[in-house]
Amino acid sequence: MSFGTDERLHKSLGSKLLNLIKENSVPIMFIIICAISIPLSGFSISYLINEIITRMGRNIFLILSLLIPIMAGMGLNFGMTLGAMAGQIALIFVSDWQIWGIPGIVLAMIVSIPISILLGLLCGKILNNAKGREMITSYIISFFTNGLYQLVVLYMMGPIIPIAHSSIKLPRGYGIRNTVSLLNMRQSLDNLLAVKIGTVKIPVLTFLIIGLLCLFIIWFRKTKLGQDMRAVGQDMNVARDAGIKVERTRLISIVMSTVLASFGMIIYLQNMGNIATYSSHSQIGMFCIAALLVGGASVDKATIGNVFLGVILFHTMFIVAPSAGAAITGDSMIGEYFRVFVSYGVITIALIMYETKKRKMKSREGKLLELAQREEEKAN
Amino acid sequence: MTNNYNPLLEMRNIRKDFFGNQVLTDINFTLNSGEILGLVGENGAGKSTLMKILFGMDIIKETGGYDGDVLIDGKKVEFNTPFDALEAGIGMVHQEFSLIPGFTVSENILLNREPKNPNFASELFGDRLDTLDYDQMEARAEAAIDKMGFSIDRKMIITNLPVGHRQFTEIARELSKEQLKLLILDEPTAVLTEKEAETLLQSIRNMAQNGIAVIFITHRLHEVLDVCDNVLVMRDGYVVKNVPAKETNVAEVTKMMVGRQVDTAASGSARDFSNSRNAMTIKKLWVDMPGETVRNVSLVVKEGEILGIGGLAGQGKLGIPNGVMGLYDAGGEVEFYDEPIPLNNPRKCLDASIAFVSEDRRGVGLLLDESLEWNIVFPAMQVQNRFLKKYLSGWITWRDEKSITNITNHYIEKLAIKCTSSKQKSRELSGGNQQKVCLAKAFSLNPKFLFVSEPTRGIDVGAKALVLDALKKFNRENGVTIVMISSELEELRQICDRIAIVSGGKIAGILPAEEPSEAFGMLMVSQVK
Amino acid sequence: MNEQITSERRMYRGAVQNAIKTFGIPRLIIAAFLLTLFIAAPLVGADFATQLTNTINRFSWNAILVLAMVPMIHSGCGLNFGLPLGIISGLLGGTLSIEFGFTGAMSFFMAIIIATPFAIIFGAAYGWLLNKIKGGEMMIATYVGFSSVSFMCIMWLLLPYKSPNMVWGLSGNGLRTTISVEGFYDKVLANFLQINLGKLSIPLGTLLFFALIAFLMWAFLHTKTGTSMTAVGSNPAFAKAAGVNVDKVRLLSVLLSTWLGAVGILVYQQGFGFIQLYMAPFYMALPAVSAILIGGASVNKASIANVVIGTFLFQGIVTMTPTVMNSMIHMDMSEVIRIIVSNGMILYALTRKMEG
Repeated sequence: MSFGTDERLHKSLGSKLLNLIKENSVPIMFIIICAISIPLSGFSISYLINEIITRMGRNIFLILSLLIPIMAGMGLNFGMTLGAMAGQIALIFVSDWQIWGIPGIVLAMIVSIPISILLGLLCGKILNNAKGREMITSYIISFFTNGLYQLVVLYMMGPIIPIAHSSIKLPRGYGIRNTVSLLNMRQSLDNLLAVKIGTVKIPVLTFLIIGLLCLFIIWFRKTKLGQDMRAVGQDMNVARDAGIKVERTRLISIVMSTVLASFGMIIYLQNMGNIATYSSHSQIGMFCIAALLVGGASVDKATIGNVFLGVILFHTMFIVAPSAGAAITGDSMIGEYFRVFVSYGVITIALIMYETKKRKMKSREGKLLELAQREEEKAN
Repeated sequence: MTNNYNPLLEMRNIRKDFFGNQVLTDINFTLNSGEILGLVGENGAGKSTLMKILFGMDIIKETGGYDGDVLIDGKKVEFNTPFDALEAGIGMVHQEFSLIPGFTVSENILLNREPKNPNFASELFGDRLDTLDYDQMEARAEAAIDKMGFSIDRKMIITNLPVGHRQFTEIARELSKEQLKLLILDEPTAVLTEKEAETLLQSIRNMAQNGIAVIFITHRLHEVLDVCDNVLVMRDGYVVKNVPAKETNVAEVTKMMVGRQVDTAASGSARDFSNSRNAMTIKKLWVDMPGETVRNVSLVVKEGEILGIGGLAGQGKLGIPNGVMGLYDAGGEVEFYDEPIPLNNPRKCLDASIAFVSEDRRGVGLLLDESLEWNIVFPAMQVQNRFLKKYLSGWITWRDEKSITNITNHYIEKLAIKCTSSKQKSRELSGGNQQKVCLAKAFSLNPKFLFVSEPTRGIDVGAKALVLDALKKFNRENGVTIVMISSELEELRQICDRIAIVSGGKIAGILPAEEPSEAFGMLMVSQVK
Repeated sequence: MNEQITSERRMYRGAVQNAIKTFGIPRLIIAAFLLTLFIAAPLVGADFATQLTNTINRFSWNAILVLAMVPMIHSGCGLNFGLPLGIISGLLGGTLSIEFGFTGAMSFFMAIIIATPFAIIFGAAYGWLLNKIKGGEMMIATYVGFSSVSFMCIMWLLLPYKSPNMVWGLSGNGLRTTISVEGFYDKVLANFLQINLGKLSIPLGTLLFFALIAFLMWAFLHTKTGTSMTAVGSNPAFAKAAGVNVDKVRLLSVLLSTWLGAVGILVYQQGFGFIQLYMAPFYMALPAVSAILIGGASVNKASIANVVIGTFLFQGIVTMTPTVMNSMIHMDMSEVIRIIVSNGMILYALTRKMEG
């Protein structure tokens, strides 16, 4: 009964179009924002394209890691930060071992796997105890784990976990410096096989890796595990009755997301060329989630297309907002704050839309009943 | 069939009690392959408990298991989980849908039994990474649908499917299980249109011809007689009769369902109020209460009477008080002493001096984490500004703890509520005492009119009598008009003056309480949807 | 004989286990941790009186912000992660009071007066929103807080403030990130009736002010409306059936929480001495949330005692750990401990099964 839909309630073409706009209101709003700010910012098109391509290579892998928990009905995984931390820890080790370039990146990915699996298990276990409020819980988990991360990186690295090179250690002898340079690794992934078209550099290898992940996700949807995740995501009880191990499936989805996020973070940081040890990870979750939502995803549904569209729109806004803001108000800070506001605002709107949609489904039944009774009366 | 004759299913001397409350006594029956057994009985007759035992549901084990033997093909079996039952070839279609809303029909039919192909990754990481074989899936779904004999669009998403087709999807899911030997259908026609129901009956016949045994539970008696080989009538946890369908008729089955050996009959105290004033007039009421939908109900309640509302579960009797009191979406007209009462606004009803004891004690009736005092005085405090001290010419209204304790103790004594003190949390009380707290809450409002919904549900016999007595006394001594909704017809006949029977969301008829049970029974099944 | 003893012992053990269960293991650990800190403090050479003074001071600054959690928890809106909205109202009140030229105690009084309409407007909008999305309050509250803080970042730059005490010196417009309240309401409450006993100094005025507000809160919960608020939080279906307008009560609770947030930040500023603008209110909800949880509240139950105990424990840990840790192992791990403790506590509360 609860999911009774009826076409009688809305059917005209006009309202269909309106629905289409309503459902895609966030991307449409962003297209408008971008269309207004691009000319104002005064950036050249080739500069913009170059920047966006760079940022696509840098961010898409990370954002793709969000798709799997959404599939499993666990909402936006604010706990992807855990993966980012795992990636950073792995990179710190690798740079201490002085293994650079592609081998360094590959090694970092390998090292990050056990760490991110461990963190993913922790996160997944906790989330299984907080069904129905996964998002707020995963959000607090990211803060909590940040404390653990600092404990390890700031205090245990040096005295307990051996760190050989003083170049990455704080002058006091333990703990990692605020910035760890990855100069010898910088963009080695992006530059291998890179193609230049005009002034635009295309990091072919990075895009190939992203492409592979996309293929993996598409393939994964068609596996038994993927099917189970979709089932669990839509109705946990039905899935459990059918014999699907609900808790385990949810756990796996979070672990997969965390591992993918740690890979994503390594790709992100090799592009940046340095690690801001205590801050790189803290905002990454928010920006990735905002980008995904800008691409038209919602809390319970996200596609690869949403990821690509989202990255392009969100980062275009991100690049042009400060200069556009300066052009309008004469103060570049306004644009800076504006883009932060927009990131948070878009997440807020997506969350509100998700919750109101859930409630609307309920209130429709009554109208149908009234309608049926009136029809019956007419017939009599 | 070379071996000795062994029925597919035999249930022998099945007994079950819930904490001393006997719900099944000495149930015996057998069922052969290809046979269709109709299982009928009032709510609470024990049908669903019996099926839960057969299907190995957790609740049976959690409440101490059962006595007696279940034999499949002559061998004794014991199912610890539904999965054991499935393994043994028993399938069940429950009343509530168990479908994934965003999946296609095929995906739902083969949920968690999808055909798969191994691949490189699954060799490494285990078979959950097998790829699904969609062609095979469609083929198997199609085969199952064919078996059923009713075609549904395999590729449709469940959300876009008519309700009836969802039911067929569930049946097809059971049929797609190769080991299926016995299918239990729990009120499968409840959500179907007339035509769909007919198709379903036809497909049940098909299944039987293919050698599948079917247990068919329904309130639509003509369907049972139409399709079943045998009819098993249950009442109060006993098998009343196991009779070939050909040898009986609707009237007889109804009589067996509701009739008691010793007809306790109405207490003889039923009074005639036809010349009294109209207390409440309900016109064209619809209520959207999930599972208890009310359609187009019109009803007049006379001043001073006790009106009973009975009917089978899910037919809408609970929707009437909940709709009038504004707890669920409702429409239509309600007049109270010729004054219209707006719907969907509980406050207006309370202001008009109408009180309600909800059937959902723990969900609506009580503040489980607060004291008895709060539970009993809260509505009176909010609606009538009683139990408050006023300061600064009414600007500050302070809880008057002393008078609150007094009134609570008054009711604790009057209704014999067992508790440690008036400060005890209501969560810690037994069901019967919780129910008394709910009554006290309603009484403390000093209402002119009282709705009581399922006042004896889930409480023991002693408490039952106390609760019914309290209601009767409240009616006689305070002249309060009472509308009591109950699934137990006998209970209604004991204390009511008139009884209205709800069937299919509508009032099927109103009779004086002295009428024989059979008359009410006929009304109950008259318009079952 | 023996049997009797063992059964008695078992009973005793059962009672202890029950007590631990209701009190909560994390809370026990935190209380024990603070106790160790207090014992360890003199041993490692930290001055006890100074420590206690610091703790009490910080308690007096923060207590009302923690109290702001109470109304929304009572009405079932959950933990008020949207506290920044109230803080923003307070910031507007404070800055406008200074802008209008009020000084001294008057500026504090006027700050509260001016903050009130903002708190009402923001609170009403916020409450209306939370009524639309029942069940998803906490996550949305968090992001409403974040969005409003980042929106106000733009506003602090754009609003036409002129007071030279507050705007950037060079450009002459846009508020500074940190504004001193010296000469305005710096320590107005703390200096009132301050008690000095040797090294121990107690800001009695601030404590009294908190006591007054806490008393009003307590009194409110004993009125008819307050009773309905508790009932709505305890079981909204019960309250609805008893004729209470659930949405209205929830809205009122959000208004109260928001207003308390506004007053709370002003009290915080008078103690701390500075108004912090821009991103500062961003994470201010988390310490308040974890403080009340440490004090024994759950996602849907909270009392004034929870506020007092929780704020004291939380601020105790925040002030004591740096000094004690530093002198013990020469490492300042206090920040890390604070993060782990406070967020761990919130996680603990979120993963408790909600009854009813």
